[in-house]
Amino acid sequence: MSQKLEKLIDKKGLRLDGRKLDELRSIKIEVGALSNADGSAYIQQGKNKILAAVYGPKELHPKHLALPDRMVLRCRYHMAPFSVQERKSPAPSRREIELSKVIREALEPSIFIEYYPRTSIDLFIEVLQADGGTRCASITAASLALADAGIPMRDLVASCAAGKVDDTIVLDLMDTEDKVGTADVPVALMPNLNAITLLQMDGILTLEEFEKAVNLALEGCRKIYTMQKETLKAKYIGVKEVEE
Amino acid sequence: MPTFFERRQLVTPGDLIAEGEYIAGENAYKEDNKIYASRVGLVEYENKRVNVVALKAFYIPKVGDTVIGTVIEVGFNGWMVDIHSPYLAILRASDVLSRPFKPQRDDLSEVLNVGDLVIAKIVAYDRAHDPQLTVGEPGLGKITRGQVIKITPTKIPRLIGRKGSMISMIKQETGCHIIIGHNGIVLITGKRLEDEQLAMMAIHKIEEESHTTGLTDRIAQLIKKEKEKAKQKEEIKSEPKT
Repeated sequence: MSQKLEKLIDKKGLRLDGRKLDELRSIKIEVGALSNADGSAYIQQGKNKILAAVYGPKELHPKHLALPDRMVLRCRYHMAPFSVQERKSPAPSRREIELSKVIREALEPSIFIEYYPRTSIDLFIEVLQADGGTRCASITAASLALADAGIPMRDLVASCAAGKVDDTIVLDLMDTEDKVGTADVPVALMPNLNAITLLQMDGILTLEEFEKAVNLALEGCRKIYTMQKETLKAKYIGVKEVEE
Repeated sequence: MPTFFERRQLVTPGDLIAEGEYIAGENAYKEDNKIYASRVGLVEYENKRVNVVALKAFYIPKVGDTVIGTVIEVGFNGWMVDIHSPYLAILRASDVLSRPFKPQRDDLSEVLNVGDLVIAKIVAYDRAHDPQLTVGEPGLGKITRGQVIKITPTKIPRLIGRKGSMISMIKQETGCHIIIGHNGIVLITGKRLEDEQLAMMAIHKIEEESHTTGLTDRIAQLIKKEKEKAKQKEEIKSEPKT
């Protein structure tokens, strides 16, 4: 299949969408996009369009699922039927159920879940348009939504992927690169604490390549982290300017 | 022992605020002798304590707090009350009826029904148990009239002001009776709807600009201006009659 396609990286070392090897897609983030949620965020990363909404902490129903020593984080990652080229069935697929779990486990270490026992936080992630790397963009947006909801957190979680395309390690794969390329390494990071909360690998990489990919992805996470902080602060700076 | 943020500067979760012999106060935590923020808020230093005044948070019950809640369930021997917190509060029937109570004889929904608003005080709460309420003190009980508004619970101290300066000013200027629940619900009762609306507008303004200086004076001016406007309108209305 990859043989039929033209080269993913041209002679100048630029990718299909004109990016350099270590360049992120353009990112636009908005905090508080939904008025009825306790916290929300919207992210556009390249052609990805993702909404994240947080409700809670609140009393858990059904009650027998509540944990006596910590809160329960429930996460639902869902792709809209119109989010991909071929209509996707709205029913949760195997992949979506797995991603819900992966995203939940990437975010849980950042929250002080032991502060409020017997409660739950519901996190809804809706992919409106998908173009590769949605799990990373979802984590980035969901973490902001949690902070927007006023939930005590250790740090924001920023997430980014690196991968191998045409025998080169590149940052932030888009859909075609993800499908045609040979490997994909999504990473989520709490930059201030320097703690990785998600690390996956799909494909074949040598040990050196893997190390290079992880380091590149971490660099991407740090760049995204500064953007996250800027958007979060921008929401409140608007209020601050009124005083002067 | 360096600090990395000035007083009243905006921080986000994970921001390193200070390093060294500091104590992590509200919305901050300590790890490896470093103080980090855990919520979006403004930094405040209080001797060795580092606090973050959260810009958005939810209400966590505290014994002794006055709260305003909605009855959401009538049970066999009490009510479940939504106090806008992660935990539902329990109000026991024996506390409300102040006499021996028999489930066969008393219909609890006649005393308080689903949807009723109550002013209550928290008498017991800990990590393992839901908060318990009482209405057995003067000023507590079912709300019969007035306007109820909700603000972020972290902004309650600003609404009260230093030694109650802000709230007493609003009460005086609008002539309304105002009860503040620590959970962020505020009850306003006045003689006229216009007075209540004026107080509501002032409180919303405070919520929006809570972290600014000289707010009390500006709110006082605002109320006076609005009152002038209302007076002029009334004069225009009454003129054609004379």
